[in-house]
Amino acid sequence: MGLLSDPVRRRALARLVLRLNAPLCVLSYVAGIAWFLALAFPPLTQRTYMSENAMGSTMVEEQFAGGDRARGFARDFAAHRRKSGALPVAWLERTMRSVGLEVYTQSFSRKLPFPDETHERYMVSGTNVYGILRAPRAASTESLVLTVPCGPDSTNSQAVGLLLALAAHFRGQIYWAKDIIFLVTEHDLLGTEAWLEAYHDVNVTGMQSSPLQGRAGAIQAAVALELSSDVVTSLDVAVEGLNGQLPNLDLLNLFQTFCQKGGLLCTLQGKLQAQDWTSIDGPLQGLQTLLLMVLQQASGRPHGPHGLFLRYRVEALTLRGINSFRQYKYDLVAVGKALEGVFRKLNHLLERLHQSFFFYLLPALSRFVSIGLYMPAAGFLLLVLGHALELWMQLHEAGVGPEEAGGASGPSPLPPQAQGIGLASLVAPLLISQAMGLALYVLPVLGQHVATQHFPVAEAEAVVLTLLAIYAAGLALPHNTHWVVSTQASDRGWMALKLVALIYLALQLACITLTNFSLGFLLAATMVPAAALTKPSGPRPLYGTLLVLTSPAATLLGSLFLWRELQEAPLSLAEGWQLFLAALAQGVLEHHTYGALLFPLLALGLYPCWLLFWNVLFWK
Amino acid sequence: MAVAVRLALIVLLLLGPGGWGHTEPSRDSLREELVITPLPSGDVAATFQFRTRWDSELQREEGTDHYFLRYAVLPREVVCTENLTPWKKLLPCSSKAGLSVLLKADRLFHTSYHSQAVHIRPVCRNARCTSISWELRQTLSVVFDAFVTGQGKKDWSLFRMFSRTLTEPCPLAAESRVYVDITSSKQDNETLEVNPPPLTTYQDVILGTQKTYAVYDLLDTAVINNSRNLNLQLKWKRPPENEAPPVPFLHAQRYVSGYGLQSGELSTLLYNTHPYRAFPVLLLDTVPWYLRLYVHTLTITSKGKENKPSYIHYQPAQDRLQPHLLEMLIQLPANSVTKVSIQFERALLKWTEYTPDPNHGFYVSPSVLSALVPSIVASKPVDWEESPLFNSLFPGSDSSSYFVRLYTEPLLVNLPTPDFSMPYNVICLTCTVVAVCYGSFYNLLTRTFHIEEPSKGGLAKRLANLIRRARGVPPL
Repeated sequence: MGLLSDPVRRRALARLVLRLNAPLCVLSYVAGIAWFLALAFPPLTQRTYMSENAMGSTMVEEQFAGGDRARGFARDFAAHRRKSGALPVAWLERTMRSVGLEVYTQSFSRKLPFPDETHERYMVSGTNVYGILRAPRAASTESLVLTVPCGPDSTNSQAVGLLLALAAHFRGQIYWAKDIIFLVTEHDLLGTEAWLEAYHDVNVTGMQSSPLQGRAGAIQAAVALELSSDVVTSLDVAVEGLNGQLPNLDLLNLFQTFCQKGGLLCTLQGKLQAQDWTSIDGPLQGLQTLLLMVLQQASGRPHGPHGLFLRYRVEALTLRGINSFRQYKYDLVAVGKALEGVFRKLNHLLERLHQSFFFYLLPALSRFVSIGLYMPAAGFLLLVLGHALELWMQLHEAGVGPEEAGGASGPSPLPPQAQGIGLASLVAPLLISQAMGLALYVLPVLGQHVATQHFPVAEAEAVVLTLLAIYAAGLALPHNTHWVVSTQASDRGWMALKLVALIYLALQLACITLTNFSLGFLLAATMVPAAALTKPSGPRPLYGTLLVLTSPAATLLGSLFLWRELQEAPLSLAEGWQLFLAALAQGVLEHHTYGALLFPLLALGLYPCWLLFWNVLFWK
Repeated sequence: MAVAVRLALIVLLLLGPGGWGHTEPSRDSLREELVITPLPSGDVAATFQFRTRWDSELQREEGTDHYFLRYAVLPREVVCTENLTPWKKLLPCSSKAGLSVLLKADRLFHTSYHSQAVHIRPVCRNARCTSISWELRQTLSVVFDAFVTGQGKKDWSLFRMFSRTLTEPCPLAAESRVYVDITSSKQDNETLEVNPPPLTTYQDVILGTQKTYAVYDLLDTAVINNSRNLNLQLKWKRPPENEAPPVPFLHAQRYVSGYGLQSGELSTLLYNTHPYRAFPVLLLDTVPWYLRLYVHTLTITSKGKENKPSYIHYQPAQDRLQPHLLEMLIQLPANSVTKVSIQFERALLKWTEYTPDPNHGFYVSPSVLSALVPSIVASKPVDWEESPLFNSLFPGSDSSSYFVRLYTEPLLVNLPTPDFSMPYNVICLTCTVVAVCYGSFYNLLTRTFHIEEPSKGGLAKRLANLIRRARGVPPL
């Protein structure tokens, strides 16, 4: 510590930092990106392993053989659904009761903040039906959930059929130690959210629903099932939940075990997993899967109904049956057996799933990267913001400079005063950019009716266009704040502003990275270089372009293109723009309906911060 | 099986009418009884009762000191064969003869509900209560699940249920009877048939409704002697429809609401489904100290309006010593749901206080509801000694109501739990290191450094300088 307390050595160190700062920043940025790309390669990815003892060593023998029954239920369900045009509640109640469940219904309604154009809904009302299989001689303290979402566009009738057939099979067994809830929700995720809120007797999103009549204690785990045909070629597993939350890795391991046991073809992000990890091909394919997962997780949207369970600390995942053009197909019995195995093993659980990882990235179904190994990537990127240190020293030296020039003639009253003015000049840009963020957050939804009255647009369009308009209006700000900022030692002014902005950005990114690594990393990878480079001198058009290209909205657009590119369904520019507009609307909607935090985070946190850099760029 | 059935059967747990019998009991007597109740869902409930009495030289002590009344619950215990075997050994005929031959563990634990109890109490032998007998009453109730054990069929026989039939009464028994509830058969035209046909029937008011029982007295030679065994059979002539079973007048539900590990809410829903009668309920809650209850958040609402309890007794918890005790008398309006909720905060335990499986959660014992529920049919006062034993399970207080005690489900609450493994140590260590580093770095970054002016020097230096000035040499 003597190095820092000795003023002479301190100055020497400062000079060293000042001189080496630029190469260090570049090095650290490159290291961060390289580390991230290396995550898919074997020393950093490890094989997954089961940590939970209760589910580990013993295997169960699956006996489910109700394939015909499942198909019969599915046909009846589809017919009744077609007839009534909505979820056939009475039929479901009757059928669930006939297989021996305790049946309850829950009706809910929700008025969305503005019409949802992708799902074509606005005033939503529906009914959830659920049946509880009571574990014999137990006191209903714990339960497991098998849920099937029925949306307006996806009928999911095969999944309902399989759910009922499984319920009938499970009902005949006596080994259950936990109650099992079979839940069929209407309006897919909205129904799930309504049911979960009613089950936990909370109201997070302003959903109106009838209280639940039957409960079954603390839910330990949940599996959501989506099937679209009688046969499947592969099962896709979705783990990313609301706000990037992930279920315990053991749940995924468990499913993977039964995939292998039943010889099922299981995919992650729709990608088959590579067999050969010794050559370069395996890790490269893993990298694609990893990138897809990062994009999914960063979006913060629930990637299936399971995503909503995670908020209540219920470990959950979604299984999607995919029917593609592959040769070998599995029928419902194979899927049912895998589910039976999963439920029987979950039934063995003594404690909540907690042994394995909660923070991980998946380059393949049987490989994972743990938090300790992926965090350095983000760490290196955030180190670039140590550029703030350079600014701090420059500011300090600028303050000390005249003092030293004046010699030992005593402390001059000038520096503290200059410091004071510098800080005061920061208040205006900070307030204005925060106000802009607040407007971005509040106005689009609040002002949609005004917009529809004055312009020939629908509500959803109005919201998206207002969003874009306010976003773009933010760019015009520097010229507006210009007059507020009084005469000022120009260099010190922008340096102080940039220093504050850098610290603000670093704090935000660090916090985001801790909770949702993917989002934090994506934002850091894009925003950090532009943020570090920006200054009001030098090639300003270049900096400006770079800054615009790395603004949060542009990152979103870029991510959409990257996502479709990785899915091998590239977007044209026009499609991309359409998708971008839809994604904006969905982001706002998901914030209001499920409590997704991405929209407020961008509007109230990162956008104002980005505006500060824009302010720095146009400092006069 | 429905909650309704479950809760109705939990009633069986309750202790008989406390207090002291005032008739002269026979010395060393054993009465045994089996009540079979086919339920509308197709399930069958079977309740065994064995009552043994013996004389004692002990004198009755005067009164009961209520100061020493204790109430304790073990919410986690699951009944298994370990509990059944010693229980069976208390029976005079063990499991050799009489009704107890039916008590085969593998069948009894193949059921969806199981409740086992031992009650012991002193009974006065004369009116002045100068001498007493002891009464040991053992009850065992099981519900056979038609769906699991009956492979979907709803017909039953003793052999199917217990894989045994009755052959002979216990030689020690003064009374040994089997009662079969045939009420539904009497009401709607023979939906149910019992084989062999009963010689006598018995009618009574149980839980406020009129019931008819077919009676088989094992001591009656006509019942057993035909074929050396008695295999009672139940046949549904018209199988019951798959519809929701009828709901009892009083039932309850309890759950934890909220999410996260900081706070939560305990909610109890009390249902009064009686169409026009309101009745009071005594609610007793014991909550462990590590859920810190906020009593000011106690709210009781019925039909959207606040419901003021007419009596509240609250005893706050003491950490590690005593749980919260909350007792309330609440009036339940007719045809209503009353919600009793109270918020709590989860305490942080000391790290040695966690159970070996802390992530399982911590149990909160069930609430106990005691109520006088209005009956549909007026009951006549009964003579406890003459009527069947099961009557004492459902004591009616007067002709217009009957007593019910319900236990809600126990709750499982997760407390904030450290990860008792390597990451926990790592976090502790790194936090310490970070704290130490942070402290010194913060100190360095915020401290302002001044270059200290060299002091004017001590006396010696001044002296030296004086001399040097005198010599014309520059000072030190």
